Amino acid sequence: MAWQWFYRMGSPRWFYEKTDRWIPWLALVTALLLGTGFVWALGFAPADAKQGNSYRIMYLHVPAAFLALAGYYVMAIAGAIGLIWKMKLSDMVMKAAAPIGAALTFLVLVTGAIWGKPTWGTWWVWDARNTSMLLLLFLYLGVMALQNAYQHQGTADRASAILALVGTVNIPIIYKSVDWWYTLHQPATLKLTSESTIHVSMLYPLFIMIAGFYCFYALVLIFYTRLEIVQRERRTQWVSALVEGAK
Amino acid sequence: MSFQFASLAEFWTMAGHGPYVWACYGVAFIVLAYLLIAPRRAHRQYLKQQRVLKVASENLSKAKPSQAK
Repeated sequence: MAWQWFYRMGSPRWFYEKTDRWIPWLALVTALLLGTGFVWALGFAPADAKQGNSYRIMYLHVPAAFLALAGYYVMAIAGAIGLIWKMKLSDMVMKAAAPIGAALTFLVLVTGAIWGKPTWGTWWVWDARNTSMLLLLFLYLGVMALQNAYQHQGTADRASAILALVGTVNIPIIYKSVDWWYTLHQPATLKLTSESTIHVSMLYPLFIMIAGFYCFYALVLIFYTRLEIVQRERRTQWVSALVEGAK
Repeated sequence: MSFQFASLAEFWTMAGHGPYVWACYGVAFIVLAYLLIAPRRAHRQYLKQQRVLKVASENLSKAKPSQAK
């Protein structure tokens, strides 16, 4: 009984029909959070004493980095569940997570480079943080490439899940890279175990942006998973019924 | 809490950091918009394509009842 939800979650049809009802609400919450966050970050948060207005890039860079990393967990854990329990939906989520993670990692790298120019005096340095983030992008792209490399979907799923799991080694390296090696990148501002080194007037909009990015991620993950569901379940009756209704 | 800039022009230039800040927000807008649009567009097109295939195969079996099963 307690595990019923777990098995139900494994049913693509159940997921498809449930998310149909969730999407409008999730979209509304995402729009409110991101809308508030963008306005607050750009116009109302005070300028930084050292970095001036360039630090406003943080409100994109940090949330995107949060989700680029959290998205990797989603992909790797979904891949592991697919490998171990052969759950169909899990394999679909793993595949869906790859392009979103790649896009967000790309956004982190681009905003980081643009922020680096006025702050560090250079677009790019080959230090541990930047290099490990670049590796993260290649891991996402690798999963996307493997998904397209096999005729048989089951083989593609196994291969990408293994790559995703091996790649998790990179995640703690990204987190710790600013502490372990000398770098231009500033250390983490938000800390779980001690007080954050940021004033509340700058912290609240950051929290709103992070929450907004989490909701955005969930929304887009649902979109990509639903696309995957209709493609892989095209021979089922309920998808046939959807096709009948398509215009 | 108040608006941090004296004028819209200042908001735009951000004391010299404007190009960097606005470039980042522009790129973010494009990336996020792409993620919102791309999967739903592909979803719609896939269902439409499947429907076309279905109608075509039905017409084919009607046209040649002896060959199609």
